[in-house]
Amino acid sequence: MKILVPVKRVVDYNVKIRVKQDGSGVELANVKMSMNPFDEIAVEEAIRLKEKGVATEIVVVSIGPQQASETIRTALAMGADRGVLVKTDVNVEPLGVAKLLKKVIETENPGLVILGKQAIDDDSNQTGQMLAALLGWAQGTFASKVEVSGETLAVTREIDGGLQTIELKLPAIVTTDLRLNEPRYASLPNIMKAKKKPLDETSPETLGVDVAPRLKVLSTVEPPKRSAGVKVASVEELVSKLKNEAGVL
Amino acid sequence: MDFALTPEQEAIRDAVTDIASRFDDAYWLEKDKAGGFPFELHKAFADEGFLGICIPEEYGGSGLGITEAAIMMQAISQSGAGMSGASAVHMNIFGLNPVVVFGTDEQKRRMLPPLVRGEEKACFMVTEPDAGLNTTRLKTRAERRGDHYILSGKKIWISTAQVAEKALILARTTPIEEVRRPTDGLSLFYTDVNRDYVEIREIDKMGRKAIDSNQVFLDGLPVPAADLIGEEGKGFDYILHGLNPERILIASEAIGLGFVALERATGYAKERVVFDRPIGQNQAIQHPLAESWMQLEAARLMTMNAAWRYDSGLSCGAEANSAKYLGAEAGFKACQTAVMTHGGFGYARDFHVERYLREVMIPRIAPISPQLILCFIAEKVLGLPKSY
Repeated sequence: MKILVPVKRVVDYNVKIRVKQDGSGVELANVKMSMNPFDEIAVEEAIRLKEKGVATEIVVVSIGPQQASETIRTALAMGADRGVLVKTDVNVEPLGVAKLLKKVIETENPGLVILGKQAIDDDSNQTGQMLAALLGWAQGTFASKVEVSGETLAVTREIDGGLQTIELKLPAIVTTDLRLNEPRYASLPNIMKAKKKPLDETSPETLGVDVAPRLKVLSTVEPPKRSAGVKVASVEELVSKLKNEAGVL
Repeated sequence: MDFALTPEQEAIRDAVTDIASRFDDAYWLEKDKAGGFPFELHKAFADEGFLGICIPEEYGGSGLGITEAAIMMQAISQSGAGMSGASAVHMNIFGLNPVVVFGTDEQKRRMLPPLVRGEEKACFMVTEPDAGLNTTRLKTRAERRGDHYILSGKKIWISTAQVAEKALILARTTPIEEVRRPTDGLSLFYTDVNRDYVEIREIDKMGRKAIDSNQVFLDGLPVPAADLIGEEGKGFDYILHGLNPERILIASEAIGLGFVALERATGYAKERVVFDRPIGQNQAIQHPLAESWMQLEAARLMTMNAAWRYDSGLSCGAEANSAKYLGAEAGFKACQTAVMTHGGFGYARDFHVERYLREVMIPRIAPISPQLILCFIAEKVLGLPKSY
């Protein structure tokens, strides 16, 4: 079975985000970019399925500017087999991404698509669900455990108040939650091998998908600064403040 | 002119940082107190294929240059592992370059893969108590007896000899009186550390307790002729070949240590509030930190320049020596500034920076003193008369 894993190039999770002066978005110039952490989990899960003999090939897809090919290389260094870059300088929204992925999936014919549940830049949490709807495939979102047996897939999902296990028919869509696995480090020989793995390039135009933004960003603002706390002298004072000032008791 | 790292170099730096981050501050604090070789770190880098970074691919390595090795060593040191972490793998990264360049195919097949896989560790036995930096005066003798050499003599400041299975040894095969130039008649061996004939005494020292430094006594060590690297009598030239890369790696390690010290000090300066404001708001605290960053970054650029020249096959003696000088001095100033920024807490072990300060003395002193680098630059670059 072939597994397809879409990956997104985002601002590294360690970077302190700054809003652009004009409020049109966040500052991306000279900022460290990395693979979306949830996508790393998706790549790791695909590699584990390949190591178990369930998957035969792992194809990684990224949609974005030329530099997104570096993100694909990272996935190839972890152990994926081949990459596809859908090159565009447009900021593609989740529906556009889902449409592009559908086109790629029609040529690649994977048995399973594993995506991160959301990207840490816009936190949309939409692409996997939209893709499942467009394809008419089953979906297992927020997965903390994935088990393939024959033509079916058992997905344990993290839901409010506990875990839910569902059974899906393949082909299917899985989106990863934080506890699915711990992604591996790229070994040096694999970083070297990644250079030689095939990476194809296509574009939204070639795929015939209109990715023009449907949403308009009105403003981007920094979250309000947290004000300093106060020290209380006694439990009585604390209770009184909680009652009278905070109004939580 | 392009100063940016390639995506592959960034991938190497990030992967090394990730691996090194498995060993946290508490790990190194404990190693500094109790000692003991960081076998876990050595194994982690071996398992992920990083020990073979400079070893050709046909012998199990990745065939990359000293630039990538320098990026790797800076990242290890900068993770907080400092010289304790860097020295645990340092010798295995580039030390065997004489074997790579001058060894026979049989020797490379025999010697390199076990090192890459981390099954064998190597130490470097060159320096002697009676020779110092005057390497041609070293007194260890190697006498040919049939298909063996017999080695006898004293070595000093041999790092990791307590745990190494193998040693690269420089010894005199022809007495200095019988050779045309003093640099002739020295030979290089890569062989087993057979403890029946080798006594190793650890030297108690200021810092880097996890990595042993030793006096070594070779007492009639039999070395198979098959372990002679290259031609007999040319060992000094072979060693010289690796000196510039060695300086580049040491510079990177010092710079990494300087950067982690700076990071700690900056973090502390932001958080520590005295007189109702963070101490980092005071210029007396800010300026030395800013100065440290500039000095470290300048040293890093010199180091990358030297590495690029080496990998491009250009002469790099002046740049590699300058990198080691600037890197060590910038690293030292950054560590000292970090201690001073912390005030009294800087003197406490739990705040880590005093450990960095003790460790950064190593790249200042070794493998060559700052004064001798100044002499080298004065003579070789500026054309001034030799002073010693």
